Amino acid sequence: MDSNASPNLLSVRDLVVAFDTDKGEVRAVDGVSFDVPRGKTLGIVGESGCGKSVTAFSIMRLLPQPAGRILGGKILFEGRDLITISDDEMHAIRGNRIGIVFQEPLSALNPVQSIGRQISEVFLLHKTSDKAEALKMSVEMLRHVGIPAPESRAAEFPHQLSGGMRQRVVIAMALACKPSLLVADEPTTALDVTIQAQILELLRELQAEMGMSVILITHDLGVIAENCDNVVVMYAGRIAERGPVDNLFSQPAHPYTKGLLSSIPRLENERKTRLSTIDGLVPALTEMPQGCRFQNRCPWAIDRCREQPPLETIAKDHDVACWRWREVVEAPAPAGREKP
Amino acid sequence: MSATNHAPAAAPRPLLELKGLKMHFPVREGIFLRSSKALRAVDGVDLSLGPGETLGLVGESGCGKSTLGRCIARLYKPTAGEVIFEGTDLTLLARGALKPYRRQIQMVFQDPVDSLNSRHTVGQILEEPFVIHGQGRPAERRKRVQELLDHVGMPKGAMEKFPFEFSGGQRQRIGIARAIALSPKLIICDEPVSALDVSIQSQVLNLFMDLQREMGLSYVFIAHNLAVVKHISDRVAIMYLGHIVELADADAIYRHPRHPYTKALLSAIPVPDPARKRGRIVLSGDVPSPIHPPPGCPFHTRCPFVEERCRIEKPELRVAAEGDKTPHRVACHFDL
Repeated sequence: MDSNASPNLLSVRDLVVAFDTDKGEVRAVDGVSFDVPRGKTLGIVGESGCGKSVTAFSIMRLLPQPAGRILGGKILFEGRDLITISDDEMHAIRGNRIGIVFQEPLSALNPVQSIGRQISEVFLLHKTSDKAEALKMSVEMLRHVGIPAPESRAAEFPHQLSGGMRQRVVIAMALACKPSLLVADEPTTALDVTIQAQILELLRELQAEMGMSVILITHDLGVIAENCDNVVVMYAGRIAERGPVDNLFSQPAHPYTKGLLSSIPRLENERKTRLSTIDGLVPALTEMPQGCRFQNRCPWAIDRCREQPPLETIAKDHDVACWRWREVVEAPAPAGREKP
Repeated sequence: MSATNHAPAAAPRPLLELKGLKMHFPVREGIFLRSSKALRAVDGVDLSLGPGETLGLVGESGCGKSTLGRCIARLYKPTAGEVIFEGTDLTLLARGALKPYRRQIQMVFQDPVDSLNSRHTVGQILEEPFVIHGQGRPAERRKRVQELLDHVGMPKGAMEKFPFEFSGGQRQRIGIARAIALSPKLIICDEPVSALDVSIQSQVLNLFMDLQREMGLSYVFIAHNLAVVKHISDRVAIMYLGHIVELADADAIYRHPRHPYTKALLSAIPVPDPARKRGRIVLSGDVPSPIHPPPGCPFHTRCPFVEERCRIEKPELRVAAEGDKTPHRVACHFDL
């Protein structure tokens, strides 16, 4: 079968997602393409409103209706295009072949159902019709994600659990059917750092054990660096840069990537020194400039930026959308002008 | 350069001193809602802060760092202990007597959406401190407001707009402008950059540092991100379950963390450098409830080096080493 021949479990091609707003149609995701190889982790990083979550929701076909629409592109998963298949077919894939973990576990869980029953629901939908068996599988799943005393925990309700435990429950639910792809949308953003470390460690272990692919969406470049094989940097609905993590962090070629990396306070920095910044703000989606969307904040902007630069391959699997990437790569970090 | 401008340790009289500060909230339960237990949010904290100094306060959710900040600003009346500001114990003062101190201690909150009145224009929001403290005539006040907006780098014409018309970073600038309006001596910053995107976060941190240089402000900078806190602070206090478990110069905390909790916290921070693979201490379990804190050391339930003594005896915050500027204190029985 061709799905097994391809090294990629998921391929997104030229995805365009639009939302209807009071000010007309806006394109939240505009021509995004990437691949997720089997067993690997792809990170999608970007700031609020860059379209990273919309991309995830599109893959799950969970865009808010009727405001959100997929205008074009392909989402190829195990040989099928998730955009064109029927709702029934998508139903059989979602939660079964593709699992999802959201940022806020409390709103992802039903407050009036015991967690055992909620996980059972996944099994009842996809695996078995025997309720007792489903509950037994749920307890097993809770044990798997490291919840102590899973038999008694299964009878508890979400409010009785801590944030980290709740996220474990959500992960148990997402992985219940041993999906081949897990989409994790900011899975640790609401958690404390020590709990974040626990959860990311758990995800890594489960991934190694089950051999699934993961799409990890986050705004934290540290989380990307430590957990992903490849990364896509998004800005205002488009891909600024994508590539293998090692390559992209050591040789950022897009001014936005470079700016992000140099504006993070790091523990090894000298204290109380000025942090380099990216000036200005992301323009509203309704007021996007022609061409490159980063041009109004970019220290490298030239006239030509009014024309959208194509994604250009600069090294193996490393692509960047910038006219001046050759100079950007060479420039010492932090690049660009000094603040007046 | 600017890193060595302030020498807080040598300051003769601290601006702020906390002595044995406790804040216990009653927990009401049962059908008569009697308060039978107490949530020990802050459970005996001693700290001092010099003029022009930044003290970072780090810890996880529920460790009591925000409550401590609010006790200093006297948004809460502490259960026990003293909050001494320039020699006066604020916990003893009544509402009226407190007012002159209120303008000296200001707060910047995490969420600039909740902390700015959405029905007031930015001009009205920033004029209010002057109105409350009876300063200036309307024309002068408007002039001051415009100066404040310029000072924090807001665009022209911001005065007539409403908070929702601005982005998160700009709203935080408005919150900062309000905090500095009355030229305070101390600002309690409670997670002021946690809700902001990385590229905006660095802009706001730079603003905090600029204002401190220009106005000689002291900050209590509360955050859970140790890298952010270390960057902006002179000294850092690590809190766990209502207690300070480690207190030292910011560089010393990073270079030689002594408390097992600090070590775990530092190792848990994801580093944006794929080439650097580090050993990570992954703590098991969750923070215990502050309603039923464990006996002995508050951290012993999660500590990888726990021994029998830790379960019984509570360690004092003792001097473990001399620091560059201030002694390195740690609340642990052992030298790890």
